[in-house]
Amino acid sequence: MSVLDDLAVKAGDDDVVCGVPARFVAAPASTEEAAALIAAARDLTVVIRGGGTKIQQGPPPRDLDLIIDTRRLAGVVEHAAGDLITVVRAGTPMAELHALPGQQLALDAPPTATAGGAVSANASGPRRLRYGTARDLLIGVTVVRPDGRIARAGGKVVKNVAGYDLGKLYTGAQGTLGLITECVFRLHPVPLDTAFVRATAPPTAVARILAAQLAPSAVEIDAGPGAPPEIAVLVEGTEEGVRDRAAALARLLDGEVTDLPPSWWDTPPWPPGGLGVKLTGVLSAVPALVKAVIAAGGTIRGSAATGVLHAGFPSGAPAGIPGVVGALRAAATRAEGHAVVLTAPDGTLDGLDMWGPVPGLELMRRVKDQFDPDHRFAPGRFVGGI
Amino acid sequence: MGIDALAVRLRAEMGPNQVLTDRQQLRTYECDGLAHYRVIPALVALPHTAAEVAAVVRACAGAGVPFVARGSGTGLSGGALPHAEGVLIVTSQLREILSLRPEDERAVVQPGVINLQVSTVSKEHGYYYAPDPSSQQICSIGGNVAENAGGAHCLKYGFTTNHVTGLEVVTPDGDRVRLGGAAPDTPGYDLLGAFVGSEGTLGVATEVTVRLTRLPETVRTLLAAFHGTDQAGAATSAIIAAGVVPAAIEMMDALSIEAAEAAVHCGYPAGAGAVLIVELDGPSAEVAAQFDEVTRLCDANGAFETRVAADDDERQLIWRGRKSAFAAVGRISPDYIVQDGVIPRTALPEVLRRIDEVASSHGVRVANVFHAGDGNLHPLVLFDARVPGEEGRAETVSGAIIDLCIEYGGSITGEHGVGVEKAHYMPRMFTDTDLDTMQLVRCAFDPGGLANPGKIFPTPRLCGERPGRRTGPHPLQESGVAEIF
Ligand SMILES: Cc1cc2nc3c(=O)[nH]c(=O)nc-3n(C[C@H](O)[C@H](O)[C@H](O)COP(=O)(O)OP(=O)(O)OC[C@H]3O[C@@H](n4cnc5c(N)ncnc54)[C@H](O)[C@@H]3O)c2cc1C
Ligand SMILES: Cc1cc2nc3c(=O)[nH]c(=O)nc-3n(C[C@H](O)[C@H](O)[C@H](O)COP(=O)(O)OP(=O)(O)OC[C@H]3O[C@@H](n4cnc5c(N)ncnc54)[C@H](O)[C@@H]3O)c2cc1C
Repeated sequence: MSVLDDLAVKAGDDDVVCGVPARFVAAPASTEEAAALIAAARDLTVVIRGGGTKIQQGPPPRDLDLIIDTRRLAGVVEHAAGDLITVVRAGTPMAELHALPGQQLALDAPPTATAGGAVSANASGPRRLRYGTARDLLIGVTVVRPDGRIARAGGKVVKNVAGYDLGKLYTGAQGTLGLITECVFRLHPVPLDTAFVRATAPPTAVARILAAQLAPSAVEIDAGPGAPPEIAVLVEGTEEGVRDRAAALARLLDGEVTDLPPSWWDTPPWPPGGLGVKLTGVLSAVPALVKAVIAAGGTIRGSAATGVLHAGFPSGAPAGIPGVVGALRAAATRAEGHAVVLTAPDGTLDGLDMWGPVPGLELMRRVKDQFDPDHRFAPGRFVGGI
Repeated sequence: MGIDALAVRLRAEMGPNQVLTDRQQLRTYECDGLAHYRVIPALVALPHTAAEVAAVVRACAGAGVPFVARGSGTGLSGGALPHAEGVLIVTSQLREILSLRPEDERAVVQPGVINLQVSTVSKEHGYYYAPDPSSQQICSIGGNVAENAGGAHCLKYGFTTNHVTGLEVVTPDGDRVRLGGAAPDTPGYDLLGAFVGSEGTLGVATEVTVRLTRLPETVRTLLAAFHGTDQAGAATSAIIAAGVVPAAIEMMDALSIEAAEAAVHCGYPAGAGAVLIVELDGPSAEVAAQFDEVTRLCDANGAFETRVAADDDERQLIWRGRKSAFAAVGRISPDYIVQDGVIPRTALPEVLRRIDEVASSHGVRVANVFHAGDGNLHPLVLFDARVPGEEGRAETVSGAIIDLCIEYGGSITGEHGVGVEKAHYMPRMFTDTDLDTMQLVRCAFDPGGLANPGKIFPTPRLCGERPGRRTGPHPLQESGVAEIF
């Protein structure tokens, strides 16, 4: 009996990725089991599923035999508080990592998302301004390559330049280079105190925040048609420090200090089934990006002090989508950034270029060919049809 | 095409003075900061533009000649050691800051620009470039990218990889490709992240977009003297455990203090068996509160004297001892090996003790000066090359220290790179498959293996070889469930 027979069960009605039904689902419980499974599944096309919070984003797989579900591959293996690191299995829910005693994995991801999914998606929330993204917080990784071999890169120390930084390559790779089974993360102390400062102010005010010396952990904006634009700032630190800095920010923005964030904080600006676009640009171009989204009838939200924003459009009018995406992409290009479609109403993805221009695409294809020569992992789900 | 023909071609493409083949001139470039490895290159190219870099690399690719990039040549692992039959591409003529954009918190620079210069020009706009290797007055940004250089302040601010958002690279087949950009999160694989720290084995960086960091409102620096490294280590752990992330925590032991005193008379407290330099920066209100906490924790863990720098001069004085430590060791020992390993911070006291044991059992002295906050050790293994056998013993101790780092779950290098020096240690830290996986990246960028061959990897497999591919029927078919496909 092969591991495949042991582990794989026939797929159920929910085992569908962007409309493509899988034939089997397997949920390995260890790196070794996952390696044996993947080695045995050498002729199968594979999509990996963590918490499934993002699995329906992106284009459908060209072909799908097997879903590898990581949720049995879970648990914190080690939390070395004195070294500010934790080793976790890839299927561990983020809720568990947000609740480490006295410390935190400073990634804004939904509680049901998994560590491996958070790394593979490399999405980000408000606190990326202070802590960076999964890319910056992942210091070691164990993967099972598409050929079934187990490889490790990085380690348990923050400072490490031995060999290539393969963790970076797996971060944001959307499962196209193999299965992540274990992650080592750098942790941060839970701040002693936090406060939010909220104000009605245009995105141009963000430059004033950056010019001040107040070291915010997040600067978020929210703007849409027919409502005044808002700014919300998160301040973290010591009790005295937070009090002082929050007061200074409230003066600067003519806003108010609150304990809680606004309701729109860290939520995507698109409704279920709507159009969601990630927009990036240089800082000075953020006001122009905001203008472009509002002109197209959308809501824009996100990390104004890093230049990573999300635009959302209501679910109607699918016919206008290529035009909207085209307009946003033109604005993003002027801002030296990119417009990436994250989610779109059913039936509108066909023929829609989700990524726009991708620098280095030819090298990316060569990387994919080396890691997954038969293109079995998430085929067609990544840039340039990778 | 041989080297002579290559020289003719390159002289025609660039100015004749930009191609060196005279043996005397070539000698200038025979080593980097790791001076006991020396190789005279066959040819040195001094391009002035990115297009010229691409032309040189393309010519090398066409001729099947290996090439090695070199920035300022300050590397400490032999990364820029030339190839005897190859071309050394020196980037020091590419030294223009192409744009300075404080409003975007970015600067775009050529690879030969000196690290410190980026901070110097940014300062008047209220910004600086955070990664600050001790060599920052001379090392190049291109070299920093290739080595993923760090510095005293990376505990809080991260390494080069966290501060580079875009690159233009010349790939080993001579194409100019952009990776990343000025904005974050370029779609696709993070090839930028893979390139940073690749030690010149994936191509030559010809343009670098760096992130500028806001100058902090306040910087406060504390010097704390302890009787020994155990106490200083405990104080370090206590500071981290209290949730404080200082901009820097540096430690020096008795021997390195002695050396620094002899060289620069920094006036550290007499009788100290270890000193800690703790620096906090940020908004004044924040720093004031944390500074009190740090001082209290040093006292509580046995500091017998703490000094606070009252002004910038005093701050410079505190740092002078630390920054001069490497050079200063020359005063107390004719020769030394600089080691660069990493351990989990909590293992510091134990590892320092074991280093001491190994050193004394071989009759060798080791001075310790290091980035305590992130566990990056720089043991200086002292020896006198004139005494027969001493160099060999120093090398044994130096190797034993690296084994200790591996044993404690650390790394064989924290910032100086693998280069030629540590290639043979790589299999001790990584399995064959780990190394093979790195080779997959190498083969994607450089199938011909011409970019800085012989560095990082002990014995690379050939590109095109696919390890462990299965042939024969699929297990599902064999076990009789194939029909459901
Ligand atoms: C309402 C909402 C709010 C969100 N807010 C945030 C936010 O603030 N910050 C943030 O970072 N993200 C946010 N996200 C995005 C998303 O939830 C996360 O990125 C999440 O971490 C994905 O994890 P998952 O386990 O659900 O992965 P899945 O959705 O299951 O998978 C995501 C991708 O990763 C691949 N993958 C999953 N596991 C592995 C593995 N072990 N190895 C290799 N590939 C794998 C999958 O194939 C897929 O391509 C939000 C999403 C929603 C719906
Ligand atoms: C006194 C002293 C103190 C030091 N302190 C530190 C420290 O605190 N932290 C630290 O990290 N390092 C330190 N170093 C080591 C060294 O300064 C760094 O590794 C630095 O990044 C090397 O830069 P360089 O321009 O001198 O590069 P070089 O030595 O010329 O080259 C280093 C490597 O980079 C490659 N390379 C150079 N330019 C390019 C390019 N444009 N594209 C691709 N590859 C390229 C070379 O092939 C080589 O592999 C120190 C060195 C000295 C001598």
